[in-house]
Amino acid sequence: MAVDPRPALAALPRVQRFGATERRLHTIQAWAFSVLLLTGLVLYLPFLAQIVSDRPLMKGIHLVTAVAWLTALALVALLGDRDALRRTRRDIERFDADDLLFVRTRGRSRTAGRFNGGQKAHAIAQAGLTVLFTVSGVLLWLGERDTALRLPGTIALHDAATLLLAVLVAGHIMQATSHPQSLEGIRRGTVRASYAAEHHPGWDGEPPADAEPRAERAGPGRIALAAAVVGLGVAAVVVLV
Amino acid sequence: MPAEPDDLQPPIGRRAFLGFVGVGLSSLLWGGAAMDLLAQSTRLVPESLRSALPFGKGWRIYAVNPPHPRFDPKTWALRIEGLVERPQTLTYAQLLALPRVRQTSDFVCVTGWSVDDVRWAGVRFDDLLAAARPLPAARALRFVSAERPYEDSLTLEQCREPDALLAYAMDDSPLKREHGAPARVVMPQMYGYKGVKWVSKIVVTDRVEDGYWQQRGYDRDAWIGGSNGR
Repeated sequence: MAVDPRPALAALPRVQRFGATERRLHTIQAWAFSVLLLTGLVLYLPFLAQIVSDRPLMKGIHLVTAVAWLTALALVALLGDRDALRRTRRDIERFDADDLLFVRTRGRSRTAGRFNGGQKAHAIAQAGLTVLFTVSGVLLWLGERDTALRLPGTIALHDAATLLLAVLVAGHIMQATSHPQSLEGIRRGTVRASYAAEHHPGWDGEPPADAEPRAERAGPGRIALAAAVVGLGVAAVVVLV
Repeated sequence: MPAEPDDLQPPIGRRAFLGFVGVGLSSLLWGGAAMDLLAQSTRLVPESLRSALPFGKGWRIYAVNPPHPRFDPKTWALRIEGLVERPQTLTYAQLLALPRVRQTSDFVCVTGWSVDDVRWAGVRFDDLLAAARPLPAARALRFVSAERPYEDSLTLEQCREPDALLAYAMDDSPLKREHGAPARVVMPQMYGYKGVKWVSKIVVTDRVEDGYWQQRGYDRDAWIGGSNGR
């Protein structure tokens, strides 16, 4: 009787990398970015506008996607595992000696914890860009309706944010596709323990011992419902106006 | 629970985030000027390369009813009618045969972008209307686009501004489809929405009528810097 020498994939020990809430946020961010970039480029580049000349349709998709994106982010943040998100935020916003070493060795150091210096900087830039896109996008929309709200830099900010985000995401995708095991982390949430031990000793997978105690929550269900109603309302206004 | 050592450190990442957002938001005030400077600096770059740069030539193509009208020189005609003695139907060749003027002027869009030093060629409105002979009651021109229902009007006085014309060439080549081929209105002193593209008919009227964007809240006299809340 032949025995498959490879152990079953599921039987291999794995290390926790991302929880369901984080992966869902990532999926939302990735889809929204793809659709917004594609429709945005058609609105922005004349040669694409020539090919896809249905500007009103592209604009409609762009606006509805933007509203759906922010609504989805808010919903996941409200309904998801907020303790995990808080831990992730803590991991990202604190820079330490490992990050300095990471920069000094141009990314070759292996002492980083769950996120290396580059990943932290990327995440912070993404978060900032989310705010900047939202503000400049809302101002673009309002500016079409009230001339007093056309600020001199609205278009410049939206454009510059697009350019920066495109560069960031291109680098992000390059990194992810050149580290397939790492990619597993965002797809399945876990990576093979042997891979983590060899390449990323800092990915211990244990929830940090200093996790903050569970904060009191004021009816997340009701807040989420309110957010959903507001989001749908805004979407309806965008579609109808 | 005792604080971990790194709890005592300021979260550098959060400061970076706030700083980044702060600088980004402040660009709402200075970003327009910065973009202009950037566009100016790209003038050092050769023309062919410049059109490929994201900040090189700031044209954005706006249309209201896709797809862009197609131009066929064999069948195209420009109709001039309304308060005229002799209504005209000009072929493309006849349009090109009218007295040709060239000018370099800036194009400014009401949404905030602009393109400096566009080289136009075309015909002044007095020359365009000469054969049709407007009647004494004539006060304005209504430009009807092949892209329905886009249209807009200018008073005859505005049409006689020294830099107003019906353009059929841009930057030394025939007007491209997305810019309104074969002919568009160019009124450099007003925002771009007054510059009807794909002009197919000109109606001479006794008063200015509201055009496409005026019906949607924009000013009729769209003087740059003196209308639409600016």
